[in-house]
Order: sequence, then structure tokens, then C-alpha cells
Amino acid sequence: MYVYLYIPLLILIVFSFNGGRMATIWEGFSLRWYAEVMQSDQFRAATVNSLVVASCAAFLATTLATLAALGFRGRPIRGQGMMVPFLSFPLVIPEIVTAVATLIFFISIGVPLGMVGLIAAHTVFCIPFAFITIKARMDVMDDTLEQAANDLYADPRRTFFSVTLPLLWPAILAGFILAFIVSLDDFVISLFLAGPSSTTLPIYMFGMMRLGVTPAVNAVSTILLVMSVLFVLIAAWINRMQRK
Amino acid sequence: MSTAASVAGRRRAGLAAPAILCIAFFMGGPMCIMVFVSLVERAPDGGVIWGNFTTDAYKQFLFEENLLGETTLNADYLRIYLRSALLAGFTVLATLIVGFPTAMYIAMQHPRRRALLIFFLSLPFWVNLLVRNYAWLLLLRANGLLDQAAMALRLTSEPLNILYSNTAIAIGLTYSFLPLMVLPIYAAMEKFDFSLVEAAFDLGASRWQALMHVIVPGVKGGIVAGCLLVFIPGLGSYVTPVLLGGSKSLMIGNLIETQFAAARNWPFGAALAFVLLMMVMAAALLRAALLRKSRRAKSSNP
Repeated sequence: MYVYLYIPLLILIVFSFNGGRMATIWEGFSLRWYAEVMQSDQFRAATVNSLVVASCAAFLATTLATLAALGFRGRPIRGQGMMVPFLSFPLVIPEIVTAVATLIFFISIGVPLGMVGLIAAHTVFCIPFAFITIKARMDVMDDTLEQAANDLYADPRRTFFSVTLPLLWPAILAGFILAFIVSLDDFVISLFLAGPSSTTLPIYMFGMMRLGVTPAVNAVSTILLVMSVLFVLIAAWINRMQRK
Repeated sequence: MSTAASVAGRRRAGLAAPAILCIAFFMGGPMCIMVFVSLVERAPDGGVIWGNFTTDAYKQFLFEENLLGETTLNADYLRIYLRSALLAGFTVLATLIVGFPTAMYIAMQHPRRRALLIFFLSLPFWVNLLVRNYAWLLLLRANGLLDQAAMALRLTSEPLNILYSNTAIAIGLTYSFLPLMVLPIYAAMEKFDFSLVEAAFDLGASRWQALMHVIVPGVKGGIVAGCLLVFIPGLGSYVTPVLLGGSKSLMIGNLIETQFAAARNWPFGAALAFVLLMMVMAAALLRAALLRKSRRAKSSNP
């Protein structure tokens, strides 16, 4: 099972270091394709766009998700049974449907295709990932420390900033990182909503793939793969730290 | 007291409001406009004429007008929907066959090892979908790595020609969505009391009987959730058929994309997307109905 999951990706990584011109015929180790990719202006522009969109969307989504999770703490409020599943709503709609519906929506209300619309759309589908991570932590967090702070006459604001937030901080960070990866990886929604000047990394890569299977595509794919894995490892590490 | 509680409740609802409103506006708004666009007339320049209502888009899905102006049934689009449903259904079956034993194996491990196994199971899932499908492109293409390996082993003398076919799509979809099947089944098995299986063995059940009458009913919720989680993205997939499928194995996703890119037929594209959405909703409602039924069955014979 694990062999099946990892073999294709390992092969891809190995062949990104191939020296020859063919994508799948090994001709010796080389970094030339990485050098070639890194020198491309389009690649650099796409990387910058991707990072800007992912940072903004992850920041907005995490902020909204944290507020919502705080609102759902303690005794359930009216309508909570409906509201919590509603926050996962973007996950159950097929991406292609969200993509075309948002495209029509943006054009009808006059939002130009570009970075702003892209960030808004990414924020929406990042919220569930941040929310689920933060809510999971909040559900197991016990409130004795906060009660102690209350008993010691800390006002609600002070309790929140000196007790609640520090306890919740690792989960917020983990939620942010997951939202960041999800945004960085998104392809279908970006494909429809990105204007010519806001090409993201996956769209750039898709353009290359359409032109042909080359070692350069292997290299770009590997860069994206390593980025995702790195961020997941960081999020997992933060999660481990907070459990200790 | 009650007013203080309701003020606190209102304040907390206020905290949740921005996220709810954000999703309501950026998901609900687009969905409504999409339905609206599917019901208006297409403008010659590729846009839509907002005021003119028509069901042409839905008629185009089922019928076509021939040269004599007669309307005849056109099964081309239905065929694409059927193919997508079959491919998604096959993916559900394949991931279930591979995923169920995997989930069971993981659930029977030591808790520390379990966490590690689950982590490495979900890790590829965070890798970009394009990258994961592209890796299979390298393996499957003519004279690609699978062909090279098969020829080296003298299993075949010609390229296998798997790429650009329904088989290639099925392989790509199964690979892409396998973790989505394993995770919910594993979650259900973690809560499952395996001493029930021992009890079944003590009562003389065979392994197969223990599996079908004790384990499967016990983790049914996880299985249904996994099937749904795989079926939804499978049905609406765009990346896998674009990279691994050929022109003869279009899926719904490609068909919708074409209406917005090349054909510039928004009403038809919106109608196609709406039909897809309804299929997904039907699957979700079916799951809810199953859940309700099993809950009722549980409460009636405790």
C-alpha cells in the first residue's frame, strides 16, 4: 500500500535530476533543469503570485476561522448545529462547480479577474481547513486555567490574551499552515479565476505539462511537492509540540 | 440572568458571523447566479442576455436539432455523464477494496505506530493533485517507465498503450483519492470494539462471517462516508481526465470547462454544472437517509 502511494512520487523526484533531454530516459545526475526553471521569469512571477495569494488567503481564513471557533466554545448557541456543518460546505461542492459559479459571479458583479478575486475565492475554501484544526484543539482544551484567571480577578480581555490565546496559538498556527498549503495547491479554481497577470504556480506548471513531458516539468513538480511536504511536516511538528 | 446569557450568546454568534457570511456570500451568491445563468438566453458575443428566460440550455443537454429543424434525442452528453459516474463508481470500488484492509491493518497496530502510519498515508494527499497525476503520466505513457519495465521483464514486446484511456483515468483517480477512503474507515475502526470479533470466533464464526456480520456492520458509517468522499471529487474531477484521459474519454469536468473556454456558452456550462451539483447532492442525501435508517434500526432493537 505504502509502496504504491510513494513509488510514483519517488520516480518523479529521481527523474527531475536527470541530465538528458528526455523525461523518462535516465542519462546521469544533473541539476541543469532546476537551474533552467529557476532562471525563467514566468516561473518566478508565478511563484511570487502563489505565495502572495496563499499568505493572504491563509491569514484571512485563519482569522475568520479562529473567531468562529471562539464563538462556538462552551454551551452551544442557537443554530450552532446548522452553522458548524455550514462552515464545511465549500468542501462538499465539486471544485469545478465552485470554479465556474464563482467565475460567473465575479464577472456579473464586476470583480476583475486577478489577485483580489483569487484571494477572496481561496479564503472561502481555506476556512474549513483552518476551522476544523482550531475547533478540534478547542474541543479538548479544558477551561480550568481560564476559570483560575477569572477567580484571580483578571478581566475577560486579559484572560483571553494571557491565557486563552497562548493555549490556542499552536492550533491557530497549524490551521494557518494547512490553509496555506491548500491554497498553494489549488489548481481548478485558480485556473478559472486567475487573469493573465496573476498566474499561480500550478497554472504555470499545467501550461508546461500541456506543451509536453519534459525534465523541466519534473523539476517544477518536484519543487511544488517538496514545498507541500515541508509545510505539512511543520504543521505536524507543531501539533506534536502542543500535545506534549 | 436570562438576558445576560442571551447577550453572551449574541456576542458569540457575532464572532461566528464573519466566517458564515463570507461563505454564504462567496458560495451561496455564485450558486444562485449559476442557476440563474443556466436559465437565460445566450448572447451571440459569448455573454448572456439577462432578461430573456429560456430552458434552451437544459434542452441542449438532451436533444439536438437536425438540419431539417426536427428535435432528436442526443445521447452524447448523457454518455459523458454516465461515463463519469461509472468511472467515479469504479474508483469507489477500487479504493474500498484496497483501503478497507489497509484501514483494518492500521487500526490493529500499536497506538504510536498507528499515528505514524496515518501520517504517512495522508502525506501524499497534500501533494498537488497535478503533480500526483503527472507522476502517473511518466509511468503510463508510451515507452514510459511502465512500458520499459514490462519490456525488460519480457512481459510484452509492444507498448501497453494505457495512457489516454478510461483505464488510465481509473488508475489516476484511484491513486488520487485512496486516502479519502482509508481515513474515515480507520476513524470508525478505531472506535470499534475488536473483542466482539473474538466473541464471534468463540461462537464458531468463520473469518468471513466475522468480517461480514461483525466488523462491516460496526464500521458501516465510516465506509459510507469514505465512499461519498471518494465519489464526489471523482465525479467532478478535471485534472485526471485532462492529463491521463484522451479525447475519447472526456469527463463532466472537461465538458464544463470547454463551455467556458472554447465554446463560450455560459448558459449551457452553467446548466451542466448544475446537473453535476444535483448528482452530488443526491449522493449526499442518500447517505443522510442511510444514516437515519441505521439510527432508527438501532433505537428500535437495543
